[in-house]
Amino acid sequence: MSFSLTLDFTLRQGEFSVEIHETVEGRAVALYGPSGAGKTTVLEAVAGLRRPERGRIAVGESTLFGSEGGVNVPARQRRMGYIRQEVALFPHMNVHRNVTYGAHGAPPEALDRVLAVLDLKPLVERRVDQLSGGEQKRTAIARALMAGPQMLLLDEPLSALDVAMHQRVLQYLVRVRDEFQIPMLYVSHRADEVRALADWVVRLDAGRVMAAGIPDKILDRA
Amino acid sequence: MTPDLWSIAAFTFTMAAAATLLMLPPGIALAWVFARRQFPGRTALETLVLLPLVIPPVATGLILLRLFGRRGIFGRVLESAGVEIIFTWKAVILAMVVMGLPLLVRAARSAFEQVDRRYEQIAATLGAGPFRIFFTVTFPLARRGVLAGALLAFSRALGEFGATILVAGSIPGSTRTIAAGIYRYTEIGNDAAANSLMLVSIMIAFGALWFSNRLAQS
Repeated sequence: MSFSLTLDFTLRQGEFSVEIHETVEGRAVALYGPSGAGKTTVLEAVAGLRRPERGRIAVGESTLFGSEGGVNVPARQRRMGYIRQEVALFPHMNVHRNVTYGAHGAPPEALDRVLAVLDLKPLVERRVDQLSGGEQKRTAIARALMAGPQMLLLDEPLSALDVAMHQRVLQYLVRVRDEFQIPMLYVSHRADEVRALADWVVRLDAGRVMAAGIPDKILDRA
Repeated sequence: MTPDLWSIAAFTFTMAAAATLLMLPPGIALAWVFARRQFPGRTALETLVLLPLVIPPVATGLILLRLFGRRGIFGRVLESAGVEIIFTWKAVILAMVVMGLPLLVRAARSAFEQVDRRYEQIAATLGAGPFRIFFTVTFPLARRGVLAGALLAFSRALGEFGATILVAGSIPGSTRTIAAGIYRYTEIGNDAAANSLMLVSIMIAFGALWFSNRLAQS
């Protein structure tokens, strides 16, 4: 389940720009850095929600964006399980409908397994506004998993959780990583999360790559 | 209320309901386009759709008469196809649609703008195409605002007078609406009939607006 992700692009947002020329490999790669470093922008570019000015984004040999060849695969065809910081569950659907929204033809066993791993079975009929913060995060992870993603993009999925809930959801993410074997690109500004999940770290600041390497090396230096 | 007056009230209610149903598809589509898309000429198109809100209704009626009359560009085509619009019930609906559409579009546009784009983006990453996103995410989240707009448009259609009188006239049993009836009965001094129609129109419009406000607040 190790993957190779080519991030070689320039993307401008007003005064701010992200310029990244990095090929990352691993089973869970973290984009680590302070607020405003451009981590979310990179994630949105990989998800197909932002279009770079130029460059290339590719998973293995498969190009998602390539300015030279005029390639820009739409977000709906990229198969990226995107989990935002604010989980953005569909407020007019219950947990079951949220989780199965992208599950085109997935067998019932797949749903059972996802619900079991994330302990969501007792919650499937709940409205999403009746869920706790941690339950909402787990529902968002389940929804992304059920769409059959080739990669999970996690944007600070543990933010806004209290300490106890933070640890619980982190353990769920470790379970997801180990049980589903889906590569992860994980955005965080917290070293403990990165250590728990990632086997490769790209440290970003002001839209530029400051360093890249194994967590021990990069986090000790940061 | 005499049977004639009930018949006028029922005719007006039916025409307004039909006009509202007819304006829903184009109104919702236009509202979504104005809320979500940028393209050359967008402001001009939006101004054109909203124009009946600000120009005198009689002027709108005159424009419709010029367009759909026997010598109008649409009127000639329709006549050659055997369809007559002016001074028929179809003209009543036409006037109601044109006068009600801006209210529907304004309310629905505002409702679509209030739908957080993050939901649509997430739906796209889950593999949904534009139509599925619209019907499963955008529209369900905006539906109260759209319905409130439809009720406003229905109320407007119900009270339409200026444009209707020009394109449909006030033919008893054929094109006479509540507003045209009130005008006619007042003109000939039949105050009882005019007052009855006035009360009916107030009751229907009050109900529609009350429901519309309830939806907007919920």
